[in-house]
Amino acid sequence: MADMVTMDLVSPEKLLLSDAFEMVVVPGSEGDFAVMAGHTPITSSLRPGVISIYEGDTEKDRIFVNGGFVQVADDKITVLAEEAVHVADLERSNLEQRIKDASEDVEDAKDDETRRKAQESKDHLEQLLEALG
Amino acid sequence: MANLKELKNRITSVTSTQKITKAMKMVAAAKLRHAEEAANAARPYAERMEAMMVSLASGLEGREGPRLLQGKGSDQRHLLIVATGERGLCGGFNSSIAKAAAQRAEKLIAAGKDVKILCVGKKGRDALKRKYSKLIIDFVDLSGSKRIGFGDAQPIAQRALAMFENDEFDVCSIFYAKFVSVLTQEVTEQQLIPASIPEASDEDAENEVDYDYEPEEEEILADLLPRNISVQVYKALLENSASEQGARMSAMDNATRNAGEMIDKLTLQYNRERQAAITSELIEIISGAEAL
Repeated sequence: MADMVTMDLVSPEKLLLSDAFEMVVVPGSEGDFAVMAGHTPITSSLRPGVISIYEGDTEKDRIFVNGGFVQVADDKITVLAEEAVHVADLERSNLEQRIKDASEDVEDAKDDETRRKAQESKDHLEQLLEALG
Repeated sequence: MANLKELKNRITSVTSTQKITKAMKMVAAAKLRHAEEAANAARPYAERMEAMMVSLASGLEGREGPRLLQGKGSDQRHLLIVATGERGLCGGFNSSIAKAAAQRAEKLIAAGKDVKILCVGKKGRDALKRKYSKLIIDFVDLSGSKRIGFGDAQPIAQRALAMFENDEFDVCSIFYAKFVSVLTQEVTEQQLIPASIPEASDEDAENEVDYDYEPEEEEILADLLPRNISVQVYKALLENSASEQGARMSAMDNATRNAGEMIDKLTLQYNRERQAAITSELIEIISGAEAL
């Protein structure tokens, strides 16, 4: 059995995941990087994207995060994300429908504040769709 | 017997009050459990974020940091965020927070500083409105959300950040009640801007790992600090909601006990009155019979 790294994925509301994996690829803001056992300590911010968890050569799990931070030290990865969703839980058709609704909201918005909010949620959904693609 | 009837009415009314306070106590106990769970669940994130900030800030070592960390070099204008509950009937919970905030405001005003107040929760606003209505800049209503989520904290933090960017204040602190136990809640003042970072202890310094930073420390900090404020506000709101339920629970427990004592007292009095009435009736009958 190869050396493992433990990953804690925490959102403000709860600890989402804490487990050991062989390799984890995180979407750093200056490029994706893979973390395996013995990785040098690093602190990085994350861009919105997908954390991929690998077991051997196969991708075991994919989790979408909307940005955040990652810290690696002593074979421990800590990911702080404000939102994290399993990619498997997302459905393309559902998401496309929600994007359509959101764009309608943007068009219908009566004042700047609601428009900004609608635009934000639309951008957010598009990021999710991109992650799925 | 008018007096007997009155007593009976009072006993009935106190009994129904007792029923209500008992029910409220139970509801508060159930809500307290949820609030405590939420507060515990939120702890890992806050702790890790703090650890990250400490290591980043110590990595800066005297270099010019972001303004959110080092302040504007002035403490003339203060923003006080006063977080209270939306409802009353919870003992001294709301008033003690409002009082602490008011004392702080008085002190700052006496020292010639400018004070602005942002109220979160209806009760705090009601308490501060009378004296400080000119200082209150806004009021955030949380009565709509049954359970405090991160989404409730974010707008408050963003509001404070936007004001900071627009140069409307120099120092920002938040007032809330820290949950210690059901019986004790501690009113706490926490400084949000500039961020108060605990000094790295010796033990931490020994375990200090030399991190690579990607991008630069300054950039990560600039990204991390605003988020940290949301997290701190969220933490304060969660502590507050647990404290509120705890305070309500003990207040209602007291009320239930007092009502019980009152019922006992009234029942005793009622029985005495009844006995006296019977005795006097008997005397009337007997003396009536003797007269014959």
